[in-house]
Amino acid sequence: MTLSSPTSVSSSTGRMADISVAGLAKHYDATDGSTVIAMTDVSLTVASGEFVAVVGASGCGKSTLLRILAGFERASAGTVLVGGVAVAGPSSDRGVVFQDYGLFPWLTTRENVAFGPRQRGVDRKAAAALSERFLHTVGLAMVADKYPGELSGGMQQRVAIARVLANNPALLLMDEPFGALDALTRSDLQIELRRIHRQTQTTVLFVTHSIEEAIFLADRVVVMTGGAAHGVPGHIRAIVPVHLPAERDVNSHEFNEIKREISAMVHEGVDYV
Amino acid sequence: MSAPGSVLSAVRPRRAPVRPEARRAAARTALLGTLLPVLAVLIWHWGIVFEWQLPFGIRMAFLPYPGDVALTLWDFAFGGIKNDAFSGELWIHLAASAGRVFSGFLIAAAIAVPLGILMGRYRAVNALFDPAINLLRPIPATAWVPLVLLIIGIGDQATLFLIALSAFFPIVLGAISGSRQVPQRLIEGAQMLGTSRAGVITKVVLPASAPAIVNGLRISLGLAWVVLVLGETVGVRVGLGATISLARDIVRTDLIVVGMICIGAAGFLSDRLLIWAFRLLSRGRPLIK
Ligand SMILES: Nc1ncnc2c1ncn2[C@@H]1O[C@H](COP(=O)(O)OP(=O)(O)OP(=O)(O)O)[C@@H](O)[C@H]1O
Ligand SMILES: [Mg+2]
Repeated sequence: MTLSSPTSVSSSTGRMADISVAGLAKHYDATDGSTVIAMTDVSLTVASGEFVAVVGASGCGKSTLLRILAGFERASAGTVLVGGVAVAGPSSDRGVVFQDYGLFPWLTTRENVAFGPRQRGVDRKAAAALSERFLHTVGLAMVADKYPGELSGGMQQRVAIARVLANNPALLLMDEPFGALDALTRSDLQIELRRIHRQTQTTVLFVTHSIEEAIFLADRVVVMTGGAAHGVPGHIRAIVPVHLPAERDVNSHEFNEIKREISAMVHEGVDYV
Repeated sequence: MSAPGSVLSAVRPRRAPVRPEARRAAARTALLGTLLPVLAVLIWHWGIVFEWQLPFGIRMAFLPYPGDVALTLWDFAFGGIKNDAFSGELWIHLAASAGRVFSGFLIAAAIAVPLGILMGRYRAVNALFDPAINLLRPIPATAWVPLVLLIIGIGDQATLFLIALSAFFPIVLGAISGSRQVPQRLIEGAQMLGTSRAGVITKVVLPASAPAIVNGLRISLGLAWVVLVLGETVGVRVGLGATISLARDIVRTDLIVVGMICIGAAGFLSDRLLIWAFRLLSRGRPLIK
């Protein structure tokens, strides 16, 4: 598979998208009337332009954290600030990439990517130009007129990334975006995402099940543990800085050192792994 | 006729080129399909000749011959055979009936589609309208007739009201269930791209619930033709239902059957028209599975 030549992507610098989460808790009212405490006391600060990955066992609250930052869910307690402003609902400043893409099946690839700009009031012509440009960025210019149902999973995820980038968000929230993809496509998209991040300087919060993926991509890795299934609410276990060069070798000694460290923390107290 | 509930198969965008064996298979299907109608017409004819008595007290001798019905149908459409008050009048009656059906149907759709979508998406709207709708829904159109005759009076408007009323419920139910089933992911996708509340409804909920809405529309349009006959039997002079009613008064069973056939055909064609219009509107875009 060939990746597109890097196209210039507008920079988000100048718009602050630092994340400041303090004392965050979330509980859900379960259908049986009981209350599920999904997470408690989550505090995290992310600098503008930083790439932070979140790992942890299933059910520890990774998606919940991301969905609260996206504005899809309300925090039960605590403060959630992005760019110094309290999150009060979804916004085009905070783009979300879902594991299951969430593309509009009745719109072509081109129209899907132009959708965001159109909703923000960009005129038809300018939106089409933006769409063209970001399809190029993710290497999908040749399938612009196909519908999502006609694309492979990897291609659909590229469209999902392109449609968010077309909105030039200050913060990119990604929830296991490459989880459903084969290893090769996944590795391609990781490299592409890193390139895009370097060009746009967008703040990225990236949830993943793969510790390796987290270390490969991120400046810091947030390790979450607990979760309703473990009798303890989800919480942050540690935040591990990744002091590795920009070009990372997954086989290097240093890489595996960090991997072992994080792996141990993720797996402690998880008896079924 | 394909049953309602199969909109997606009915609006498949493109057809594959027809291969010879596929054409032969299609011919065989068509042959099998015509077998039963032909048999029915033969039985119908012999039933009259031999004055059969069937269950339910059906006395075949009182039926018109199929041949007579065919002649009357031709005369009703094009004239030149019987030269009576009905010769060549089909198109006037059809136009009047279709006008009532479509007006009533469109009035119902114009209210029911937006209302159903809002009921499906907003709890408060649902709480406001759901009890009223579910109380009114079980009342059949026939039960409305006496009241409608008293408060509206005999005529066009009463028919229009009955059609719009009956057509309303299936559309609103289709829109409610369709808009409730829109994947949350699509709504979140639109929201995080900066779509307004109204935009979410028009740009995401509406297209995503289109198949369910069209199912409701198809059921309603069929119902509109049923109710048309009911409305036209009281005090309306022009229309297919009125023709049937008049034919009964002058004991013209052939004309009654002709009226029935015309209404059936009109109902069938309007269903096709609806699907064609939807296909035109959606321009062959893939819809949600
Ligand atoms: N809508 C909801 N209603 C009730 N409980 C919920 C809801 N959403 C999440 N939870 C609970 O909150 C906890 C955290 O869920 P979350 O989806 O954030 O986990 P996760 O870390 O993303 O897991 P995974 O890795 O499997 O995606 C779980 O125990 C889950 O059961
Ligand atoms: Mg999750």
